[in-house]
Parts: sequence; C-alpha cells; structure tokens
Amino acid sequence: MKQHLPLLALLALLTAPMAHAVEYRTVLPKQSTIHFEFRQMGVPVKGGFKRFSTEMAFDPARPEAARASIEIDLASIDAGSPEADDESAGKLWFNRSAYPKATFVSSRIRALGSNRYEMRGTLTLKGRSREIVVPVTYTPGGSAAIFEGGFVLKRLDFGIGEGMWADIATVANDVQVKFRIAATGN
Amino acid sequence: MRYSTPAIVLHWLVALLIFATFPLGLYMVDLPLSPDKLKLYSYHKWIGVSVFLLVTIRLGWRLTHTPPALPDGIAAWQRRASAVTHGLLYGLMVAIPLSGWLMSSAKGFQIVWFGVLPLPDLLEKNRELGELLAGVHKALNFTLLGLVILHVGAALKHHFIERQPFLQRMGWNRKART
Repeated sequence: MKQHLPLLALLALLTAPMAHAVEYRTVLPKQSTIHFEFRQMGVPVKGGFKRFSTEMAFDPARPEAARASIEIDLASIDAGSPEADDESAGKLWFNRSAYPKATFVSSRIRALGSNRYEMRGTLTLKGRSREIVVPVTYTPGGSAAIFEGGFVLKRLDFGIGEGMWADIATVANDVQVKFRIAATGN
Repeated sequence: MRYSTPAIVLHWLVALLIFATFPLGLYMVDLPLSPDKLKLYSYHKWIGVSVFLLVTIRLGWRLTHTPPALPDGIAAWQRRASAVTHGLLYGLMVAIPLSGWLMSSAKGFQIVWFGVLPLPDLLEKNRELGELLAGVHKALNFTLLGLVILHVGAALKHHFIERQPFLQRMGWNRKART
C-alpha cells in the first residue's frame, strides 16, 4: 500500500482541478421543467410547457463567462384546461402560427454569493423583446446540478392577451414563471 | 299555521339563488371562452357555494324545528309524497353544490368565494373525473328541476284548485289566517 501512495497523490492532484473545473453543458430535458402560475378571477391557475430546449454553459469557477438560452415550443403549453390551451394559440394570445416559439438568451450573469446568481437576458415573445433579470440558484448534485429560478412576467408587456383579454381584472397581468433545469458536466 | 320566520327567509333566499344560478349555469357552459365567460363561471360558483352554506343552516334549522302540520283533508299518499319530495330537495340542494365544488377541483380550478375566500380543493386535478362530475352535476340539476316543478305545482294545486290555505305557510304575511 505504502508504495502506491505517491501514485495516489499524483492522481488526486490530477483529478482535483478537473473536478473544480466542471462545466455544466448537458441539459437533461426529462428532469427539467418550466411552470407558470397566474390568477384568473382571483383563482390561482397553474400551467407549464412540456417541450423546450436549453443550451447552457456554466462553470461555478467562472460564473461571469456563463451563458444560457432557452427556446420554448408554445404548442406544448398546458394553460390549465384544454379550452385555455386552444385559446392560447389564437391571435389575441400567443398568435402561435406567426410566433411559435418563446426564446430567452442570457446577456450577463453575476454571482451573488452562496450559489445564487443574477442572470440578465432578453426574453422574446410574440415578436417583442424585453430585458429581464432572473435570480437563479445553483444546487450541485451527484448526478446532475439543478438550476432554479423564476420571475414575474407582465403579460401585457408582450401583448399576451390583447383586446377583450387585456382586462387584467379577469386575468391578472402578473404571471409567475418558474424553471428548474438539470444539467451535467461533460 | 306558518313556518317560522327563519325557515321562510331561508326558503325564499335559497329559492332566489337557485333560480338565478340554474339558468346562469345552462347559459354559460356553451359560451366561447371570453373574460365574460370566466366572470359568469365565478358568479355561478359563488352563488352555488352560498346555496351550500345557506342549505346547511336550513338543514340545521329544519332538524331542530317542527314544520307546521299540513292542512286537513290531504290524502295519506300525498303526505308521503310530500315528505319524500322534501327529503330529495334537501338532498339535492346539498349534493348539487358539492358536485360542482368537486368538479371544479377535479378540473383544476380552485373556488375562491367572492374572489376573496379560497376553499380547499376536494380532489386532485383529473380531467376524466372532471368530465364525469360535470355529467353528474348536470343530471342532478335536471332532477332538481323536475322536483321543483312538482313542488311548486303541488303547492299551487292545493292552494288554488283545492282551496286549501297553502301558500300562506311560506308567506310573508304574519296575520295570514289558516
């Protein structure tokens, strides 16, 4: 055993920096979710998107170099009921035939300490782009790291629900969006 | 003989609410989705929950107070039919709002009474169960409609055709003679 110690020490030296330098690039779609919640006549309604693709690169040692982008297939919506799913495709809502996707592209990521980050980026929905700021929590894990965050989307900023649906007394303007992205290093 | 004042007030209040929310329910279901539809659904649910609450109070009152005796000269079978009908009316007035509440829960829409008081969801979200409960809610409502027609018809028949002092029993006039 003793004669192996130098070798073990060498191995440890070689692998330790690699362990620190893990960069999360591979997103696990099945373990990742995007949900939202809004109020309709004062009633909380939950929904989400089943299909979206995420590209990211995140090295905890160099958060300022991190980047993320998400593309959501709006046809995969669960808006709380089949009737609402159908309605959401129409011109007054997502106008999905013209704008089938929602996208987010990060522009700047800043470490806030204790595995919390602030991610700035551009959200594009229905042809309109807005800068948003999203707090993100990073949880290292054995098989995959988890990135969780959320923000309040003002639906009228993007023309989501126009005409008669612009009445925010019926459907609130605030939509709480929450995501959970699982990723592994490669 | 007259019912007690609380029984009379509750009877007419519940009747008024049912006569408002029943046609509202029929009208709203086939509307295309719109903010108005969402509002009408909420009003329907708020009224339904109010009926549920008032009927609970009514049942408590009814179980602790004896209603006035029926006038003489009513056949035994009619007395039995009346007892059965009243029992079913009470049962439906509880079961119908409850089935609506269960349906709303199963469809994933919590009820927030008057937009202020959230009621607990009685079921997990389950689309098939929601559809099933919609059918149950509708069937119970049409049963209620039939029984209400029978109930009103019998009261009118006793009062106007058989000239028995009947409508006074649930009337506002304290001095009504029997």
